[in-house]
Amino acid sequence: MNWAGLYTVLSGVNRHSTAIGRIWLSVIFIFRIMVLVVAAESVWGDEKSAFTCNTQQPGCNSVCYDHFFPISHIRLWALQLILVTTPALLVAMHVAYQQHQEKKLLVLTGHADPKHMEEVKKHKMRIAGSLWWTYIFSVVFRLVFEAVFMYIFYMLYPGYQMVRLVKCEAYPCPNTVDCFISRPTEKTIFTVFMLVTSSICIVLNMAELVYLVIRACARRGQHNSNPSSAKGSFYGHKLSSEYKQNEINQLLTEQDSSFKDMLRRNPGLQEKGDRCSAC
Amino acid sequence: MDWGALHTILGGVNKHSTSIGKIWLTVLFIFRIMILVVAAERVWGDEQDDFICNTLQPGCKNVCYDHFFPISHIRLWALQLIFVSTPALLVAMHVAYRRHEKKRQFRKGDQKCEYKDIEEIRTQRFRIEGSLWWTYTSSIFFRLVFEAVFMYAFYFMYDGFRMPRLMKCNAWPCPNTVDCFVSRPTEKTVFTIFMIAVSSICIILNVAELCYLLAKFFLRRSKRAGNPKQHPNHENKEETKQNEMNELISDSCQNTVIGFTC
Repeated sequence: MNWAGLYTVLSGVNRHSTAIGRIWLSVIFIFRIMVLVVAAESVWGDEKSAFTCNTQQPGCNSVCYDHFFPISHIRLWALQLILVTTPALLVAMHVAYQQHQEKKLLVLTGHADPKHMEEVKKHKMRIAGSLWWTYIFSVVFRLVFEAVFMYIFYMLYPGYQMVRLVKCEAYPCPNTVDCFISRPTEKTIFTVFMLVTSSICIVLNMAELVYLVIRACARRGQHNSNPSSAKGSFYGHKLSSEYKQNEINQLLTEQDSSFKDMLRRNPGLQEKGDRCSAC
Repeated sequence: MDWGALHTILGGVNKHSTSIGKIWLTVLFIFRIMILVVAAERVWGDEQDDFICNTLQPGCKNVCYDHFFPISHIRLWALQLIFVSTPALLVAMHVAYRRHEKKRQFRKGDQKCEYKDIEEIRTQRFRIEGSLWWTYTSSIFFRLVFEAVFMYAFYFMYDGFRMPRLMKCNAWPCPNTVDCFVSRPTEKTVFTIFMIAVSSICIILNVAELCYLLAKFFLRRSKRAGNPKQHPNHENKEETKQNEMNELISDSCQNTVIGFTC
């Protein structure tokens, strides 16, 4: 399992994302993971072997390196990228669950032929209902992880700049020794680059959040304007069988918003779907 | 995620490129990325280990290396290649968006677009017209800009494209001016000049592609402007309306069933 494996797993999620989500995924893979693998790892490759302290005291070098670099930038970025990309798997799991439910419904309604089953697997899920909430949570978690890691970075390496020289007096160094870091300028350049791409990803996530919320509100506004005739009769028909049928229909709609799509696309299923008047 | 994955991603864009675009992509992958991976990385592999300064002062070598090489050639080329190949993804996204729209129309049973099969939409190649033309042209423009910026950055940082054998350094903690020797300077110069030459070829290809697209655009426009002039006496409202409708249909529905020209 390496970055390529992660790419395989996440490109499946891509299909059910919004447009902004796809852009975010491209930025993550091309400008962060790829830059990490092809460039940044070689910059930090010799960070310990070329960390030189002005002393002959054995152990001083190791202790000072450990003191100033509790965790290497590269490992921190790798952890950040893994944690930031993982919430998308929540969405993937939810989509898989919904597809499983759809397949079960197909079997129950007697349309379990391979063609319909394939279509369940291939069609794109609408981000509505419970999937919307899962998607929102995944975006929120992404944001939180990004922010947390940027804060950790700032705490560990204040100013995001890599200095050339650090003064170290940890035991067993005899007194304050000068220690020199390898390639500090190149490391600063890549740190700033990764910071900028991280900020771009945060902005994209926030934009996606706003977009999803606005879309949900717009959709809710449409739903409210449609059954306006039923509103007036809410109290009058509360106990009527029509009202009960409407409630049942609404419950069915909420649970299977994607089944609705399927019915629209497959007229053959319509005669079964006609029982569900809210669909 | 490495160069191979980038090749997979960009290979898909190839289908919707012009011929010059396909040549550019080939030059990029074979003469730049492949050379970087199989040759240049080895040449620069020991750049810091074999960077030797004439002093025993600890830290002097690190500081001098950092002073003369703020960012290594290899990393600069890697970044340049990533930035230069990424605008092609704009085109890929636009094509994917168009495909998605066509599929939606197909599913709705729209009569405007005639496809036998949803598979045909998936494998169909789009003509570079309309909004796709603008996306494609913008992507070429960005490529040019990135190439130029990185070549300038190179020239600015390394004072020309030659790698000297000896550098004189007096940054602290070096006790005074010390001589520092770069490893494999001639080989590095050869590869630097090679990469610059290929970069220039890519710039020329991009400029040529831009000119080609602009020429095609103006040609198409003049053809359209020229057509209604052929029947000045037969213009009536219905024919004009039908022509307008046909144009709108051909604009939005980019494929003729055979559609192979670009």
